[in-house]
Amino acid sequence: MSAHENSPEGYDFAHPLPLPLLFGVFLILVLLTIITVAQASFDLGSFDVLIVMAIATIKGLLVAAFFMHLAFDKPFNILCFVSSFVFVGLFIMFTLFDNRATNQDDIPVMDDAVVTAPAETTSAAMTTAGT
Amino acid sequence: MSAGSVPSGYEVSDPGFPTKEENYLTNSKGILSWMFTLDHKRIGMMYLVGVSVAFLVAGLLALGIRLHLLAPDGWLFNQSIFQWLAPEKAPNDIYNQVFTLHGAIMVFLFIIPSVPAALGNFLVPVMLGAKDVAFPRLNLSSFYLWVAGAVFFVMALLASGLDTGWTFYTPYSTTTDSSVILATTGAFILGFSSIFTGLNFIVTINTMRPPGMTWFRMPLFLWATYATSIIQVLATPVLGITLLLLIAERTMHIGIFDPEYNGDPVTFQHFFWFYSHPAVYIMILPAFGIISELISVHSHKRIFGYRFIAYSSIAIALLGFLVWGHHMFTAGMSQMTTIIFSALTFTVSVPSAIKVFNWLATMWKGSISLTTPMMYAISFIFLFTIGGLTGLHLGTLATDQHLHDTYFVVAHFHYVMVGGTLVAFLGGVFHWWPKMVGVMYSELGGRISAVLVFLGFNLTFLPQFVLGSRGMPRRYATYDPEFQSLHAMSTYGALLLGVGLFFALGVLIHSLLRGKRAPANPWGGATLEWNCTSPPPFYNFDRAPVVGDPYEFGDIVWDSVQERYVKIEPKREVVPETPAEQPAHAGGKDE
Amino acid sequence: MATTDAGHTSDVHVHEGHDSHDHDHPSYLAHHFDTPEQQFDSGKLGMWLFLVTEILFFSGMFCAYAIFRAWRPEVFEGCSQFLNTKLGAINTGVLLFSSFTMAWAVRCAQLEEHKKLASLLATTLCCAMVFLGVKAIEYSHKWHLGLLPAGLFTYDPANPHPEGGPNYLAYICAPFAVATIGVVIWLVVAFIRDAKFQVAVAKPLVFVCLSFFGGVGLGMILESGETPEHHGSDHVAAVHGDAEHGEHSGAEHGDAEHGDAEHGDAEHGDAEHSDTEDSEAEHGEGQQGDATDPEAADVAEVESTDPQPVVLQDPGSMMRDESDDLVVLERLASDATNTGLQDELSARRAQSQLSEGAITYDRTDDSSATIASTDDNVLRPSRAGVFFSIYYCMTGVHAIHILAGVGVLIWLLVRAIRQDFNRNYFGPVDYVGLYWHLVDLIWIYLFPLMYLIR
Ligand SMILES: [Cu+2]
Repeated sequence: MSAHENSPEGYDFAHPLPLPLLFGVFLILVLLTIITVAQASFDLGSFDVLIVMAIATIKGLLVAAFFMHLAFDKPFNILCFVSSFVFVGLFIMFTLFDNRATNQDDIPVMDDAVVTAPAETTSAAMTTAGT
Repeated sequence: MSAGSVPSGYEVSDPGFPTKEENYLTNSKGILSWMFTLDHKRIGMMYLVGVSVAFLVAGLLALGIRLHLLAPDGWLFNQSIFQWLAPEKAPNDIYNQVFTLHGAIMVFLFIIPSVPAALGNFLVPVMLGAKDVAFPRLNLSSFYLWVAGAVFFVMALLASGLDTGWTFYTPYSTTTDSSVILATTGAFILGFSSIFTGLNFIVTINTMRPPGMTWFRMPLFLWATYATSIIQVLATPVLGITLLLLIAERTMHIGIFDPEYNGDPVTFQHFFWFYSHPAVYIMILPAFGIISELISVHSHKRIFGYRFIAYSSIAIALLGFLVWGHHMFTAGMSQMTTIIFSALTFTVSVPSAIKVFNWLATMWKGSISLTTPMMYAISFIFLFTIGGLTGLHLGTLATDQHLHDTYFVVAHFHYVMVGGTLVAFLGGVFHWWPKMVGVMYSELGGRISAVLVFLGFNLTFLPQFVLGSRGMPRRYATYDPEFQSLHAMSTYGALLLGVGLFFALGVLIHSLLRGKRAPANPWGGATLEWNCTSPPPFYNFDRAPVVGDPYEFGDIVWDSVQERYVKIEPKREVVPETPAEQPAHAGGKDE
Repeated sequence: MATTDAGHTSDVHVHEGHDSHDHDHPSYLAHHFDTPEQQFDSGKLGMWLFLVTEILFFSGMFCAYAIFRAWRPEVFEGCSQFLNTKLGAINTGVLLFSSFTMAWAVRCAQLEEHKKLASLLATTLCCAMVFLGVKAIEYSHKWHLGLLPAGLFTYDPANPHPEGGPNYLAYICAPFAVATIGVVIWLVVAFIRDAKFQVAVAKPLVFVCLSFFGGVGLGMILESGETPEHHGSDHVAAVHGDAEHGEHSGAEHGDAEHGDAEHGDAEHGDAEHSDTEDSEAEHGEGQQGDATDPEAADVAEVESTDPQPVVLQDPGSMMRDESDDLVVLERLASDATNTGLQDELSARRAQSQLSEGAITYDRTDDSSATIASTDDNVLRPSRAGVFFSIYYCMTGVHAIHILAGVGVLIWLLVRAIRQDFNRNYFGPVDYVGLYWHLVDLIWIYLFPLMYLIR
């Protein structure tokens, strides 16, 4: 953390971040945006989502750590922020898990034409009929 | 001050009766001074009045339900007056709307804000030794959001009612003609009211603790409030987005929950219960906090297992987020998910049981005074235990198949919500009433009300366990004649419960008119709120309170001359205050 | 650790004398706080908790997104092509820049650089307005095409540019135009009256309002991608290229008109190509100019989940695996118990017969038909419609947050010009900054999730 310089009033809790740091973070963010747009034109199969989300997460971390001063903030504030993602994760994981399990048949698989295509179409028929 | 039982070498440190007439109730006058007040105590009192009105309305609706169920084919709404009042509605439609509004108003307008917003607003800063909550304006806006939410509910009631049940399940809620949008908008707004209250308390407890008030010197009510606030902040936004999506579903048919467009209604239930199960703990956790205070103070004994109770509040708050699926065992969840949720549900019972055992251990060999608040507290332990244990039947997959959507569920959650939260709320109101308004109520009247409520409640809901296990489904306007005797018992119990509640109200109103002036510490409590006069002055403490152990009763003695409890402390020189006085910060400074 | 029973020895007298609360309190310090630092810490924690609620609020929509994307990845992939990556990318950049200026503004507030603070806040506001302007183009364009939430979804691949319909862009711009005119009048009046403070506030606000229209203009340029004259002819070329070489299909896959174009239905092909497609095609050239046949084949494979009428007529086309599917399908359907497949097959036959004539997109048929029709076409309310529901919910709620941010930023701007902030009282700038960064953070996730699916 940056050093406390005591102001005449006796308290000085402002920790201005150096401008080059802010600007550097901005440049990295723009660079990552360009990368993420550029990679979209390559087909990376199922890794695609992971890569995109990884880049987004790096960007998010940069924004949180520097623009939002989280890297220099009180531990409790960091805890708040992180815990919110933990609970979002719980919420989405459980719901998605159940949804995937109940909609098992609806996952279209496109690798194998002979086996899966009928399964896929059947399930489509089933879903539509089921609803 | 000479006192009857103050040992020599000790002096009384007690504000006694207020020296000047000015307190938070009288320091400014006129309706506007209330409407624009930023004082947490006044906001708490306004909340108290507001939630009481909501409780009255929803309670009368409950009586309507019970009276209708007096006869197998329905009784109350078949009366000709209802044909005259609402000619276009069949009795069964009226019944559907009445039980829906009973549930929705009780949950969103009464139980959720009851303890945290009404009692909590009054007590949190005082118990903490702070001048106010961290954000007084946010606090006031929270109250007005509550009012706005209530207005929306009234509009829904007047427009075309609401018949979805308080859960707003799709697809019915996207197709019914009743005013779902008005009601969900109301609930959405109430959600923000609840979030603001919770946010305010977390910040207040984190940053406004005066020096000396460490985390483990906080009264357990504050721990419970803190845990509640965590849930309010984390869970309520999900309700907000769920209701927003429901409104979008009704207006634009976005197809997320609507099977018409391949949406999934079970997803709605996931979304809804992600909030609404933790919301059950928003309702019950503050009640736990009240009971911890009441049991300890009226047993005049240190609370047993302080840290266990404190941590169990936090544990319940966090574990409560993992069990929402137990509301959906029969809704078409996958089998694996039901097993996981069922197993997780049992874990929540552990911290709840820890609390009950600790309360019992606190009472053990205490010098119990059977005051009104204590009688409510003891009924709470009794009723909550029944409510909690019957929850295990519902968390078990196999038995839930039989019991789901029967009166067993109804009885279970009423044992927790009414037998738990409402009884604790009443106990809390009776406990802090002298502090809030500065008068003592009739002790005999209060005790009679506690007995009436206890008897009436059990007569209402014990038969419902039997009804449910024999297969009576919930939310039905008519029933098989074989159930009539049990239903009739339940209805008479509800009437008795109503009498008890009105009696309690009467006792409180009577105290306002005829009550004796209350001393600062009528019960011999050791928490900070008993260190200010009754009612507290505008800035809560005329003389800065000494932060000590909240459950140390050794230095609180009954002064037989003045007939009140006083706090004594060894005669000593006034310790000069350290000049470098810094506010306490979040975490870590517990040493 | 201080246990409760350790109590007495360390009793501390709490801040003595509450009634003396006024004289040493600076005006910016609320009465119930002891120090500016306590006030700042409280506000900051409160803001963080508010951000927590915001994250959980958005989580519901991200959850819906995850469910439906996991369930129907092909729908998301197909429909994502309707979103203009360029506009999304530009908006990402704009928001990132505004985040940067906001972070800088916080620094200026802490250092008491009042002039700089005001101009940085104004810049942040301008960026917010540019963002909204670009959004206005995106939305109005999609509304015009009928790319709407499921219940309102009217997109017709055969006739993507329906005649008439309200001028959505004008409706969106109207309130901003009114605001602009209002601010200009205010500026003039303040100038005439020589109200210095009001002039100082109104001047940057004029720029802020105008930047909305800057955003609209920017969006228009990027959306069309080229000058209007070339529009049509280039387009036909693109269609032909698609039909004959399959080279551009990468930029267009997932749309039903693909099949249309192969019918050689020239007018249709021409008419159905929207601006979106244009820019997508253009984007394809820019970003993936090397889109080659293997990729096109891959696309075709993806499309095999969308049975197209053309397949039945022309099994020798590049969608061979589709016909393989069909063979398997027919074989399985010969089993008498497999009624679902029989239904499916008859539906396909009916559809192929329909497609012998002009292909008409019958919406009424579709909506009844989550049950009746087994056509797996993506461009239906229950498929694309739901995608756009989620798209509008997420981006719409995000845009509402931007609007709210604009509101509080204007409030900050006024206070900054009034020079309210100093090294002990910069909390509001910091808190609004946190909020603004969170809005940016959500967009950082929204952008790849919506625009960059392939
Ligand atoms: Cu539950």
